[in-house]
Amino acid sequence: MVPLWWYIALGVVLFVIGAAGVLLRRNILVVLMSLELLLNSVNINFIAFGHYYDDFRGQIFAIFVIAITAAEVAVALGILVALVRNKSTLKVDDVTMMKG
Amino acid sequence: MAQGFFLLFAAVSVITALMLVLARNPVHSALALMACFLQISAIFVLLDAPLLAVIQIFVYVGAIMVLFLFVIMMIDVREAVAERFLPGGNLPAMALLVLLGVEMMVLVFWSDRFSLSEPVASRGGDQIRDLSTTLFADYLLPFEVASVILLAALVGAIVLARKETG
Repeated sequence: MVPLWWYIALGVVLFVIGAAGVLLRRNILVVLMSLELLLNSVNINFIAFGHYYDDFRGQIFAIFVIAITAAEVAVALGILVALVRNKSTLKVDDVTMMKG
Repeated sequence: MAQGFFLLFAAVSVITALMLVLARNPVHSALALMACFLQISAIFVLLDAPLLAVIQIFVYVGAIMVLFLFVIMMIDVREAVAERFLPGGNLPAMALLVLLGVEMMVLVFWSDRFSLSEPVASRGGDQIRDLSTTLFADYLLPFEVASVILLAALVGAIVLARKETG
């Protein structure tokens, strides 16, 4: 059998890669995709713990995470389309409309 | 056997995740992320969660990534291809990421809760039936709240992406 910490380590590695994408990339689309990767690495943790401690709540929380992710992506891409229409930029550092 | 499959899926998912972060073209990033999600759903199968694996493929690969590809198709991504990373010194962010990874790994190895190599005794029985009973009995209120959130997101996305009239 695969030890539990292998799954946790995979979740850690994917989380760090996703966080690198969020912090370092310049393209808003890639930042949003890296956010998906972050949420998915958390799902691996939920399901791994749920499996190894024989608890359904891990899977139930993963289902909720997936539902909230779908809502988040829909709103984020709607904002992105409106942003491109109004400012025609895709760079994270160009979006400073809310800066004081 | 399971270990070999796990190592295969984990290696491919890490490689595709790196491709997601390093690719120049957003379309390549989207395809790499799609491959990564498929590997993660295979890992869910290894974890005895076939329902979650199917949901993962339907929702992430089928819906979310198609949404991303549609948006990439709608807007012109060519101008953003040139520079991949934020300008200026990325050193603080890199240091933060390394710190984060090392900290989490140290905590995982420190604690003995993660050293479990076998699942504790399983209850057996029909897993998906038990799962759905728990979901629709004990977690009915969060389920309804999630559906309201999805409805709000649907309306919000339509309003945001609509062209202003007048």
